[in-house]
Amino acid sequence: MKSEIENEMKLEFISKSANEAFARITVAAFASQLDPTIEELADIKTAVSEAVTNCIIHGYDKKQGIVKIFARLKENEIMIEISDKGKGIENIDIAKEPLYTTKPNLERSGMGFTIMESFMDTVDVESVVGLGTKVTMRKIIKNKMENDEADDEFEMITKE
Amino acid sequence: MESKFYEEDKLLVFRITEEIDDFSVQKIRRRADYEIERYMPKKVVFDFDRVTFMDSAGIGLIIGRYKFAKMLGGTVELANLTNSIKKIFEMSGILRLIPVTNLEII
Repeated sequence: MKSEIENEMKLEFISKSANEAFARITVAAFASQLDPTIEELADIKTAVSEAVTNCIIHGYDKKQGIVKIFARLKENEIMIEISDKGKGIENIDIAKEPLYTTKPNLERSGMGFTIMESFMDTVDVESVVGLGTKVTMRKIIKNKMENDEADDEFEMITKE
Repeated sequence: MESKFYEEDKLLVFRITEEIDDFSVQKIRRRADYEIERYMPKKVVFDFDRVTFMDSAGIGLIIGRYKFAKMLGGTVELANLTNSIKKIFEMSGILRLIPVTNLEII
């Protein structure tokens, strides 16, 4: 039998960059229920860090606001929603382009969305100017499938 | 972050010991620029051996220090990159400008 994992969590915190580590470590701890590899976990941490940084630096732009994270585990997939009620993105396609940044003076590289897209399986961005932005990311944890297959095999062998 | 300046080679080595994100880079950047300006090194090496996490803030950090060191007549190299850190630098294209070494410097 495959172990069915279904779980959800919510996290809210003030838009301070000191909370970036807290956010990615918390999501990674939650994701670890899917038994990811170290590399998969590093990918999730990096993607969360990028999305949360965007909320803080761009969404709220130094003003204080609340960053919300909602994460769901279902079977072998993690879905993470990261949202702010900040200023929103005018043109999402341009914002997603590699090296595009509105803040080069802060040494921002403009690689945030590119990194999210390459480290997660899917990244969707919804944004309304003046109302905020929500980034939804999904990643299939392959390790879990492999481990489950190994478990099934073990059960078959022990049944014989 | 720890740092060491080798006078005879005019080599300045920064061994970053913290996770690199938008929060931590602010402190790393100030300290690195202060020391680059103070020692005027020919070569600056950033050692990532002890870095357990880095996001895109690390790209901006290295590009910024590359420009600053270059302006003062020096070069920048990166040492001991883990796979995930290397992946992030590769995506940005900065490894075409900045060499990677694996020397045991410190």
